[in-house]
Amino acid sequence: MRPEDIAEAIRIMETDLPPDVEAALARCLDEEEGISREVLGAILENVRIAREGGVPMCQDTGSLVFFVGAKGCCDEICRIIKEGVAMATEAVPLRANIVDPFSRRNTGNNLGRGNPMIHLEPSPDGMVRIGILAKGAGSENVSAATMLDPDQSVAGIKEFVLQTIRKAGAKPCPPIIAGVGVGGSLDEAALLSKRALMRRLDEPTEDAFAAHLEVELLREINSLRIGPMGFGGKNTALAVRLEAADCHTASLPVAVSIQCWALRRIFLEAEGDRVAIRR
Amino acid sequence: MGRAYILQGRIGGREVEQLQVGDVVYITGEIFTMRDQAHLKALEILRGGGSLPFDLQGGVIYHCGPLVKGGKVVSAGPTTSMRMERSEGEIIARTGARCIIGKGGMGPGTLSALSSHCAVYTEYPGGAGALAARSVVGIREVHWRELGDPEAVWVLEVEGFGPCFVTMDSHGRTLRDAIKKGEQ
Repeated sequence: MRPEDIAEAIRIMETDLPPDVEAALARCLDEEEGISREVLGAILENVRIAREGGVPMCQDTGSLVFFVGAKGCCDEICRIIKEGVAMATEAVPLRANIVDPFSRRNTGNNLGRGNPMIHLEPSPDGMVRIGILAKGAGSENVSAATMLDPDQSVAGIKEFVLQTIRKAGAKPCPPIIAGVGVGGSLDEAALLSKRALMRRLDEPTEDAFAAHLEVELLREINSLRIGPMGFGGKNTALAVRLEAADCHTASLPVAVSIQCWALRRIFLEAEGDRVAIRR
Repeated sequence: MGRAYILQGRIGGREVEQLQVGDVVYITGEIFTMRDQAHLKALEILRGGGSLPFDLQGGVIYHCGPLVKGGKVVSAGPTTSMRMERSEGEIIARTGARCIIGKGGMGPGTLSALSSHCAVYTEYPGGAGALAARSVVGIREVHWRELGDPEAVWVLEVEGFGPCFVTMDSHGRTLRDAIKKGEQ
């Protein structure tokens, strides 16, 4: 794998919405009316213009998050990713979004302390798998995590998710995708909630209880009737994706990563010199 | 559905008064991108008795950090307006800006300033940056680039920039309240 492969994957991700997400938006259009329908029409037109013109669909090209599965030492892969991000910032182009948290000084190339965010996990085979997510700040700013008491149980999880989305209102560019992480620890729940956004919207959920919870949460989120861009309507969320991990007997961590309609994700698979891009 | 209006050049109080929540506005002329840091910097200057290097009287403020490359605007949708709520009322009062474009709605401080100073808040479809860039004809000026490109003030020349939905008008009404009450 080369930095060029990373840059190319980022280009496709930023300019071409994944088919499952576009299909979900198109279904919403049929169900809405008034201003809600008009904004969805503009969004879908925007998706077409971005694809045909090869330009980023949103000016907020996001913070870049990499989920890497690889065997052995990952120094080389991290170097390639960083070089690829700097390359994509020039070539796609991406907006330079990364600043010092105190002085707010922009680094100019989307690199910086802790950026891009790279999450590593061991891989069972020789294949290197990289998932990339471009996370805009409008939706990230209304994401949240909490530590529930175990007796708050499933009802508490649902209430926290709904409360987070109700509070977010129109800010995160609905219809949203809700990534929910349950269990682990504070940091692990947050990571699970983000990893959940990497799953296709139409991919079945293996765990029966998680699948049930996703369906119930989606129904309850949509009954909030925040609607496209907060103008009311049936579609507040396109999907809920939930990931769980075991946790301490005294804890029930829950995190919600809210994602705007522009869910920009892509996958790379590399084995030796062969690199394939997957949506 | 509301009515459609075209706003051209500097905007007067009469033009703003006729706009009501639910109306759609298309803008031709120049708009000023201002987000988090530009709001803070503008207020710092104005509170200190200074004047801004650009004139917002009757002008349009766009909550946007455009993606600019090689002197061209590539993608330029709105950013979440609520982050500017703490500054917007005072910005409107001190600059005489007549129209704000953003997304997601704003709060009571802005609503009250819109009424007192006869201005309007409108929303462009969030995330539609590629679509928005098509209405940008050129960049006239850029100020405060030291804030970083997303935070700088870009004076954009636009043609038929819209749809911008009026969601807070100069008569104290907001679209989301109207939707809740079943009026829209």
